[in-house]
Amino acid sequence: MPSIVKPLVTHPSLVRNNLGLTIRDYEGSMSTLCAGCGHDSITAAIIRALWELSTPPHMLAKLSGIGCSSKTPTYFVGGAHGFNSAHGRMPAIATGANAANRQLTYLGVSGDGDSLSIGIGHLCHAIRRNLNMLYVIENNGVYGLTKGQFSASSDVGSKSKKGEANKMAPIDPIQLALTLGATFVARSFSGDKAQLVPILKAGLAHRGFAIVDVISPCVTFNDHEGSTKSYKHTRGKHHVATESDFVPFANEIVGEIGPVGATTIQMHDGSSLRFTKVPEGYDVTDRMAAIDYLRTHQGEVVTGVLFAEEGVPEMHEMNNTPAEPLATLPFSKLCPGSSALEALMADFR
Amino acid sequence: MPSRINDFAIKLANVNGTGSASANGLIMQAIFRMGVPVSGKNLFPSNIQGLPTWYEIRVNPKGYTARALDYDLIVAMNAQTYKRDVAEVRDGGFLLYDSSWPLDDELIRDDIHYIGIPLARMCNEAFAAPRERILMKNIATAGALIELLNIDAAVVEQLLEEKYGKKKAMRESNKKALKLGADFIKNNFTYPLEFHLKTMHANDDKILIDGNTATALGCVYGGATVAAWYPITPATSVMDGFKEFCEQYRKDPETGVNNFAILQAEDELAAIGMVIGASWNGARAFTSTAGPGVSLMNELLGLAYYAEIPAVVVDVQRVGPSTGMPTRTQQADLLECAYASHGDTKHILLIPANPNECFHFAPKCFDLAERFQTPVFLMSDLDIGMNDWVTPKFTWDDAYTPDRGKVLTADQLEKIKKFNRYLPEEGTSIAARTLPGVHEKGAFFTRGSGHNKFGGYTEIPDEYAEVMDRLLKKHKEAAGWVPAPIIERRLNEQGESAKVGMITIGGCDPAVREALDILADMGRPMDFMRIRAFPFHADVEEFLASHDYCYVVEQNRDGQLCSMLMLETPVAKDKIRPILIYSGFPLSAKHVIDAVTAQLEELNAIYR
Repeated sequence: MPSIVKPLVTHPSLVRNNLGLTIRDYEGSMSTLCAGCGHDSITAAIIRALWELSTPPHMLAKLSGIGCSSKTPTYFVGGAHGFNSAHGRMPAIATGANAANRQLTYLGVSGDGDSLSIGIGHLCHAIRRNLNMLYVIENNGVYGLTKGQFSASSDVGSKSKKGEANKMAPIDPIQLALTLGATFVARSFSGDKAQLVPILKAGLAHRGFAIVDVISPCVTFNDHEGSTKSYKHTRGKHHVATESDFVPFANEIVGEIGPVGATTIQMHDGSSLRFTKVPEGYDVTDRMAAIDYLRTHQGEVVTGVLFAEEGVPEMHEMNNTPAEPLATLPFSKLCPGSSALEALMADFR
Repeated sequence: MPSRINDFAIKLANVNGTGSASANGLIMQAIFRMGVPVSGKNLFPSNIQGLPTWYEIRVNPKGYTARALDYDLIVAMNAQTYKRDVAEVRDGGFLLYDSSWPLDDELIRDDIHYIGIPLARMCNEAFAAPRERILMKNIATAGALIELLNIDAAVVEQLLEEKYGKKKAMRESNKKALKLGADFIKNNFTYPLEFHLKTMHANDDKILIDGNTATALGCVYGGATVAAWYPITPATSVMDGFKEFCEQYRKDPETGVNNFAILQAEDELAAIGMVIGASWNGARAFTSTAGPGVSLMNELLGLAYYAEIPAVVVDVQRVGPSTGMPTRTQQADLLECAYASHGDTKHILLIPANPNECFHFAPKCFDLAERFQTPVFLMSDLDIGMNDWVTPKFTWDDAYTPDRGKVLTADQLEKIKKFNRYLPEEGTSIAARTLPGVHEKGAFFTRGSGHNKFGGYTEIPDEYAEVMDRLLKKHKEAAGWVPAPIIERRLNEQGESAKVGMITIGGCDPAVREALDILADMGRPMDFMRIRAFPFHADVEEFLASHDYCYVVEQNRDGQLCSMLMLETPVAKDKIRPILIYSGFPLSAKHVIDAVTAQLEELNAIYR
């Protein structure tokens, strides 16, 4: 299907962000996903988050693999550079892209098939490198584009549309990310935009690898009775563990005191992640606490920012690369020239 | 036998992991410094310690440096391979062995000479530490060879000085061991042997370097900033070299930051993905790998081809299929690389024959990859990559500027109405690309799915075919930009070139040239062509057309270069005569002559 272009007419009363852009400027082409697809809600949340952050569209690199989720970068920020790569390989492409130009904002969109099966190795190693990007998994527990096979995130006992029950244990991207040392770990639900938008904003502001697993029901192949990734099941089991607001540097509000356990995490760029609700005894900067919390809430869809740690060196810091993009370094800085070569030749005598 | 100066071959049989490589390298380098044409071939196992390994050294006053296969002296230091090693000594040749233990009767040949040196006993007496006793046996052997072959002792001393300058104890141990070996020869044998060395001046403008180091240096000079790789034999030393040169040349003198990034990937799938991501963002990026790595990279190479993203892949070919023989050499990835990935794909290959070409072809790979917005392979092989070659000193033209291809700047984008990624100017086959972050007008969606010339998704037959046709045209156009083949015609007295040609590639070059000289002496003159790139340069077709038939010498079983010539040029199948030597060791002129002779005999039998 060729992409469908939306009308460009915008209402003059639309609010403009710091760049003078309206939210329409952060839209892409029309979605070709099924009506009611969770992914479209996530797309809407991404659009809002980027607009609110005033990210210059052309400074955004949006990348994806293959699958329904990976189609979605076409549907947001038409003015950004997009890369719809190969199945599971997006983290590798993003790693190289980021290595060449660290000044762009990197947003990867993936699915449970893309991230937890064919590309799980790349995801793991992107986490290890603490690649500076926001990595969104649109998790529906099913292969949509190939019509309904179980994915690696399907729960034991969850039923396929044909009634078959999944027998193998699921891979939980959140637990995976926590054990691999991811520095920003959150889960949300496509049906909860109010929660998702600030999480996405915080993930974008985070320096390092931010993974956001978003339960995103597939209305066509996995929204039936017996599925554990349906709207009904997710709503029923939704457990909001933490609530947080993303506070940009310029609008910081001081003096407001949150309830018990509330805390604020200072982000690298001067913004902050302000928690308004954290369960008693839960420290969002304690990796083991997050793992424990998930264990004690098995069977529930635990959401919110579950772990965040600022200040861990990201890939560029580990590699001691310059502040400017490697891609734009002048050739004179890269080529040692003829006299250096002549001198070097003596070493090979 | 008359004395033979600077014209002989020796083979050193060792156990790997015993320090033999350093002793062998010392001898090789000393001969090089004596100005004598020399080559060293390391025939080693895929193992770290305990298995047989051989090192061959050939010297030749005319500069023939391919393997000789005719050993005047074999240094047998490995009891595991005694039998095979003894059998390989030429009639009247010499075997040097460790006489700390007696030789079995079955190892005694009455047509060769034996030089027994009690190396283990001498080293056990002279050195205390067990490891040192093993290491120094090799150095003591080198000491014996200094006397037997008349290696300049002052040169050896100088080399030790350079190598162990600050490590006094190591230097002294080495000196002591050298003396042990040398003195034993002086006291017990006639020396030097009838074949030995004499100083020449053939290497004044030359260096001794392996191809992988040369490739790494070429990547630094070509301006590569992002390198992604996964460890694999025999390509690992490309990245080792790149790192070392980057540490030397790419540390910003003011800030101390690294003007490079080396990413050790989780696998080759990721390594090529990183290269594509970095190139998409405008960096010069490369990966180094071998055949098994290219197999994994196939998927994304198709993406880079179709989405038109530059990528440079250094393939140091080893013996396949599957794991094959990782430490042995072949040119058996030609087809794999030329047509890598599913669907219709064609790539650009540059095929160097020696470290000098590795160095110069590396920047050329980046130029071509960016000009044609496509993957480019540097097709090295283990023989070129891991053996030390005597090659002319590298030079660099400071006037070189990288060919970045058609990349629109912010100013250019500002002026255009609308950017269409895959729409080239009328009459051209390459469309301008844009880099992320430069200008909002340059934004587009890169995809490996069907797309039309505007960059939009398509499943419309004509739109798909239009882009594919242009990609083919683009690949054909590259034939005019790749290095031309090296052609040397053997003109007769009437000034006519030979009726028969011999075509080869890569590391076969020295063996084929030597064979052609010998064949000419036998009254069988043939013209020479070494192909250096794919798509084939126009001169390749011309050479094929202007000869009655051509032998094609390559190191693989299936005649991959032959296949490509038949597929991609109009040459008739019966004009191509494959000479395929693919058992894994570097080529010798003997292999080529034997094969030609066999084919001629067959022909004579038919046409008698």
